[in-house]
Amino acid sequence: MTTDTKLMEFPAINESIRKAGKSVTLSGVIGQRFIGAGMSDKIVTVNGVPGNALGAYLNGGKIVVCGNAQDAVGDTMNDGKIIVHGNIGDAAGYAMRGGSIYVKGNAGYRAGIHMKAYKEKVPVMVIGGTAGSFLGEYQAGGVIVVLGLKSKDERIVGNFPCTGMHGGRMILRSDCRDIVFPAQVSKKPATQKDLKEIKKYVTEYCRLFGDTVEGIMNSPFMIVTPNSKNPYKQLYVAN
Amino acid sequence: MKKEGETRIPSGCAIAAVISKTGKLMTGQRIVKAMEPMHDRSNGLGGGFAAYGIYPEHRDFYAFHMFFDCRDTRKKCEAFLKEHFEVVKGEIIPTRKIPEITDEPIIWRYFVTPLKSVLADLQLDEKEFVARTVVKINNELNGAYVFSSGKNMGTFKAVGFPEDVGRFYRLDEYEGYSWTAHGRYPTNTPGWWGGAHPFTLLDFSVVHNGEISSYDANRRFIEMFGYKCNLQTDTEVITYILDYLIRRQGLTLGEAASVIAAPFWSTIDGKTDEYDKEKHNYLRTVFPSLLVTGPFSIVLGFDGGLMALNDRLKLRSMVVGEKDDKVFIASEEAAIRVMEPEAENIWSPAGGEPVIVKIKEGDF
Repeated sequence: MTTDTKLMEFPAINESIRKAGKSVTLSGVIGQRFIGAGMSDKIVTVNGVPGNALGAYLNGGKIVVCGNAQDAVGDTMNDGKIIVHGNIGDAAGYAMRGGSIYVKGNAGYRAGIHMKAYKEKVPVMVIGGTAGSFLGEYQAGGVIVVLGLKSKDERIVGNFPCTGMHGGRMILRSDCRDIVFPAQVSKKPATQKDLKEIKKYVTEYCRLFGDTVEGIMNSPFMIVTPNSKNPYKQLYVAN
Repeated sequence: MKKEGETRIPSGCAIAAVISKTGKLMTGQRIVKAMEPMHDRSNGLGGGFAAYGIYPEHRDFYAFHMFFDCRDTRKKCEAFLKEHFEVVKGEIIPTRKIPEITDEPIIWRYFVTPLKSVLADLQLDEKEFVARTVVKINNELNGAYVFSSGKNMGTFKAVGFPEDVGRFYRLDEYEGYSWTAHGRYPTNTPGWWGGAHPFTLLDFSVVHNGEISSYDANRRFIEMFGYKCNLQTDTEVITYILDYLIRRQGLTLGEAASVIAAPFWSTIDGKTDEYDKEKHNYLRTVFPSLLVTGPFSIVLGFDGGLMALNDRLKLRSMVVGEKDDKVFIASEEAAIRVMEPEAENIWSPAGGEPVIVKIKEGDF
């Protein structure tokens, strides 16, 4: 089923998703916010530019965006999957606590800010291009992967990545020589076990966006985690 | 109702802009349309537009756009203007009566040029005199407010949603080579016609999405140089800072951007280009009080160009796109797609990274 959303406001779009069958295609989307927010079980394909907070509180199902998405994609999502065949704006996966986001291109600032995990709920965000500054700010759990494909710049993330990070992992397809991390995190080259896991994400990325797994895997990967030997203890007040 | 400046209430906003790099004229229709998908970013308490190249027949005269509270104030102000300026034309700015826009003040425009004898007496250059006159009227002439004072440009603003403000001012009947737009969601002030964006001085106009936290520090500094921030809105102070840095201090646009959105010292220290490092060190040291902190994304309009800039932490969104001779800037990509569905090279500039578009001299 296809819904032409051109003149529809977001409550009407979400109502049409609720009334649709298992899968629905939205055409002519132009900036309407909250598409698929709180949705649990549908497959929504978006043609056009979805507005901010796409798939906020997503609780299952799948959202596929055929072009770019704006800010706060998957804000606080709990489950399900968001696939973006373009770039995403700032604060993608804000406080995400489950499910996965796959982005073919670049992410803006603050991707994965305050991602968290609990028991079997481990959110995953895979960014095919580069990420802006403050990647994984206050990250508390989950996995953020940046592949830096087709990046002209050697630095695949901006300034101040992992600021305030205290849980989870960041996987960067880079030797990270030019990236400055805070003292409270540590980076080390991926182990065989890590690479096995990375391959899983890369395989899915290639299935979705069409690239070669071997081509992407043939590169150094670094794993960044909080450094429990140098905690945030007395960071602000030393007494 | 209390006016701007009389109270401070403890901003989401929307901005958009389009410019033709070759100086081609376009009506206001496109930029007004761009504000529609971003409707929810404003709350109906302010909308406005700046347009460049709209008064070619009076291109050598300063176009004063003014609000008056009553006829008496207007008469008083006209008498004041005639003492210092040659006024070649004074007329009501045409508007369209629509139910969405109410309680409008008296809205006039004047095309003026300072009297040579006055300038000679005061030993001031023309722009400085005009800027001082604008500050004087806005401060001393109760009930009168100059909301636009550049040459061959004009701003149009009101209380209302931007789409409605555009219809109200009949912007489809103007043709400019560059347009900026703003939808307001006031966070600190009650929302009065004068407090809507763009804020202007001479040909500089600023539309701003955000809320700066350095307002008072910036205000205290800039008021030492004759500016008066009487509206308590942060955008006013940004406008004066840019006027001070660019017109009075002679900084380039890029340098001015490095002052207000200066990188962190740690980022400056990490720079490998020694000249660049020294330049940033110098600018931060000389103008520490003009560092603007807190969220902002702004578009500065000026004679022959635009500059878009995000705060150094990029706490607000801003997207840029291109198509043929046009460059588009907006808070959301959706707005760019409304202006040009086939826009290319859509990208988000980094925090503190200015996007400067200039038209070749002679093309505008």
